[in-house]
Amino acid sequence: MILIQGKGVSTGVTKGKLYLFQRQDTTIHKAPAEDIGQEKARIAEAQQKSIEQLEALVEKAREEAGEESAMLFETHAMFTEDEDYVEAIMDMLEEEGCCAEYAVQTAGEQFADMFAQMDDEYMKARASDIRDVTQRILNNLLGVAEGGIDSDEPVVLAADDLAPSETLQLDKSKILGFVTQGGSGNSHTAILARTMGIPAICGVGDALKPEYNGRTAYIDGETGQVVLDPDELTLAGLQDKYQKQQEMRALLQEMKGQPDVTLDGKELMLYCNIGSPEDIAAVQANDGQGVGLFRSEFLYLAAEDYPTEEEQFQAYKAAAAAMDGKRVVIRTLDIGADKQVDYFGLNKEENPAMGLRAIRICLNRPEVFRTQLRALYRASAYGKIAIMFPMITSVWEVKECRRACTSVMAELTKEGIPFNADTEIGIMIETPASIFMAADLAKLVDFFSIGTNDLTQYTLACDRQCNDLGKFFDPHHPAVLRAIKHATDAAHEAGIWIGICGELAGDISLLPTFLAIGIDELSVSPSVVLPLRAELRKSIAKTCTLERLEG
Amino acid sequence: MKEFDYIVNDELGIHARPAGQLAKLAKGYADTVITITKGDKTVKATQLMKLMNLCVKQGATVTVKVEGPQEEEAFAEVQKFFNDNL
Repeated sequence: MILIQGKGVSTGVTKGKLYLFQRQDTTIHKAPAEDIGQEKARIAEAQQKSIEQLEALVEKAREEAGEESAMLFETHAMFTEDEDYVEAIMDMLEEEGCCAEYAVQTAGEQFADMFAQMDDEYMKARASDIRDVTQRILNNLLGVAEGGIDSDEPVVLAADDLAPSETLQLDKSKILGFVTQGGSGNSHTAILARTMGIPAICGVGDALKPEYNGRTAYIDGETGQVVLDPDELTLAGLQDKYQKQQEMRALLQEMKGQPDVTLDGKELMLYCNIGSPEDIAAVQANDGQGVGLFRSEFLYLAAEDYPTEEEQFQAYKAAAAAMDGKRVVIRTLDIGADKQVDYFGLNKEENPAMGLRAIRICLNRPEVFRTQLRALYRASAYGKIAIMFPMITSVWEVKECRRACTSVMAELTKEGIPFNADTEIGIMIETPASIFMAADLAKLVDFFSIGTNDLTQYTLACDRQCNDLGKFFDPHHPAVLRAIKHATDAAHEAGIWIGICGELAGDISLLPTFLAIGIDELSVSPSVVLPLRAELRKSIAKTCTLERLEG
Repeated sequence: MKEFDYIVNDELGIHARPAGQLAKLAKGYADTVITITKGDKTVKATQLMKLMNLCVKQGATVTVKVEGPQEEEAFAEVQKFFNDNL
């Protein structure tokens, strides 16, 4: 038996093949070809494989998504076969005497450019189809699997650590759980795992060896253990736990459709945190009553250039429409700190958590901010959208944000584009400054949402990314809880609602404290909604106390 | 050789979908060549990307030429295709 001890960051027990994540290195260098004929054969083979994949996708799309989407893949297959396209690649290969990858990439980019420069919006947009086709051929040349996971069955994904942009591209239907060498409870892998409701273990370090690739492992997100070849006793224990987990899940299903209210009638809004419109499915499956935090970063992290207003509008509209009148709080761009995007061209900072990030970037770059606000207001015509600004420290910042909103609304009115003028505007309470200023800030907005991850980091002067802090990093610290109480009192004094959208919201042991403080909304990973509801419906708000706030 | 002029009626012009279908159709005639001309540019109907790159919009006129052993048959089919799809 091999036992690896890590830190459990998302609960649950699962069993599956360990799959070591292969980082996709798609930077291509111009290398001379050793044998032109051989390179040509490689291209022909990659082209053939691409066509086969696309034909399979046509069938899959036809069955699952309809004719329109099938036609798209059919067009991609025809692009892959296009005589001029293939000829251009082969010509490049002969003229330059370069490797197949370089020829495909360069010729492919020339074709994409040819479309990008056309004087027609529709044709311009086809450039991305050609890039997609080129990337597929390249992936086949490089032997890179789509979605990063080259396996027919779902696996336990093992990696050193995963960047936010990497987790976005993963084929989530193929992941049973995560094991990472680095990372912490606040890393993106951990957050993703909790959103998906699957176990994750981080910080296993070098104990995770490459030769374990492909071996069956049990992972237990509660104990933080990864077990290979369990002995009889361990196996029995794990199987028992798995059995209980399945029973618990069945029990939680009964919570669906039940109101979020305590035994003595105190109502709470139980919302969900999501990272992309795709996560709405998980919100609905877990009966979340709204979206309390939609991180808009995915649009920026997954792109190679600033996402357009239209792209953003479509994503926000999809989420708003899918939630069908339930509140969807969308947080404006929150990059910087641990979330870096190359095309923003930000300077490297010694201490990015306290650097130019989030709303500071938006206020410095009005055009980037304006594009996002326009997309948000346009989407507000299709559902109940609320806009939330992150990293607020000062009254003037909120005033400036409001001015930006007013000017965007004036533009849309002038252009005759529909939007909801009563769209709620709120701010994240995640800096100590915003706690001290809460009474003044509350007069300027419609709601507060407390980001406990950053609030804890800034209040306790404990870096979220630092694994060695141990007992010093205490999210239950009375200072943090008192800060929450202070903001709540200020919000209620001004007559606005207040929620928590940080990880602390999903900490069921704190529910009585939050009830005593008077929090109105908790926004949690979709998988936490039902357990939280079960606990809430057993609680009596009147008997909850503030004892945890005592030092 | 047979030819006809056609004014494109489709809202999106000769876009990916009909261009793809046309290329497929043209590939069915091995020795008979079907070309599309717009202005001073001529492309074969089998050249999907080049055809799209002509950027034929709604209201534009193209000349379609058919030449080869299966001329009659191909001409009829292509003409019907344009009338039905473009």
